[in-house]
Amino acid sequence: MLANYGYKDGSGEYFITVDTEKCNGCGDCVEACPAKVLEVIEDQYDPIEGDMIASVTDAHRKKIKYSCGPGKPVSNRPPLPCMAACAQDAITHSW
Amino acid sequence: MAEEYWRWKEYNWHSPDIDWKQAESVTAGVDVGSVSSQAVIMTDGQLFAYSNMRTGSDSPDSARNAMNWAMEETGMTLEDVQYVVGTGYGRVNVPFAKRPITEIACHARGANWMYGPGVRTVLDMGGQDCKAIHCDERGKVTNFLMNDKCAAGTGRGMEVFADLLSVSIEEVGDMSFDVEEEPEPVSSTCVVFAKSEATSLLREGWPKSKVLAAYCSAMAHRVFTLLERIGVEKDFAITGGIAKNSGVVKRLEQEIGFEALKPKHDTQIAGALGGALFAKALLEKERKK
Repeated sequence: MLANYGYKDGSGEYFITVDTEKCNGCGDCVEACPAKVLEVIEDQYDPIEGDMIASVTDAHRKKIKYSCGPGKPVSNRPPLPCMAACAQDAITHSW
Repeated sequence: MAEEYWRWKEYNWHSPDIDWKQAESVTAGVDVGSVSSQAVIMTDGQLFAYSNMRTGSDSPDSARNAMNWAMEETGMTLEDVQYVVGTGYGRVNVPFAKRPITEIACHARGANWMYGPGVRTVLDMGGQDCKAIHCDERGKVTNFLMNDKCAAGTGRGMEVFADLLSVSIEEVGDMSFDVEEEPEPVSSTCVVFAKSEATSLLREGWPKSKVLAAYCSAMAHRVFTLLERIGVEKDFAITGGIAKNSGVVKRLEQEIGFEALKPKHDTQIAGALGGALFAKALLEKERKK
């Protein structure tokens, strides 16, 4: 499943996408994020299986633009810390 | 008291053909949304009863009221229901629910049951948010997107317009087609700004139907841009209260280029229905242990 966390407003699209097929719930991204945007919890979208996966915390979902702002890559910047930390390449972002 | 144009009909229903006492599993889903609350009771995976009413200021009370209303005249009490799943904004505040499940999973599952396994894209236009969901043939979510940051493209926005124009919410859709030619959509996607814009249009002498047309098409476009992000695959189904508003649905279908499936049940109960289906699956899982 592609879980898109975030929103779209007049200034752009701000989504962190977690590919739950790739995510193994290791939590490396949680450690890597300086803004504490991510957490590893039981898959809320598949309550029957209930695998542990990375997701964006409720507190950050409506302010991703600002939470991830300091790590926002504009030309030649490194990828977001969470993306760099993820060995499975499970995390992408939309801006 | 002034007439409440935004108020839609609340109701309950139960199947006269099912004897729930014979059923092996009696499960329920309670969807406490931002605007409306629904309770759906299923017996052995069949739709037995449901109710649909406005959410009050107290989530536990709203959940209890919806559940009691669904059980009215069935002789069923809360003790007879073996597993209850809570969903929607107030899902953690359903006191008798065994567990909360996000409404995104529930809407996909509910739409899968309502419209059949061919459904790949579900658009839920709720009271206060809007969700675009992709699901597989079992109703499992494969991709989703939720917009709950603003009220544009939601039922609450439509209620505001019904009230502003003194048009009953149930007539908004049909009235919006009562125009000679389609006006430009209102330019703002924000409900508050759109309302200001509509007020100026009314002062300029626009008829109500034209203002509604301009708002419905703005709303359809707003929702379409959300859908565009995840893509629209056939079959396409719409759930939630706005699915009953032809003014938005038909304009959205035009933008997408094909039609949404015709609803067979009340589109507002999809979330609670999905909850009841999950309740059944979880009950069976529990029994196996």
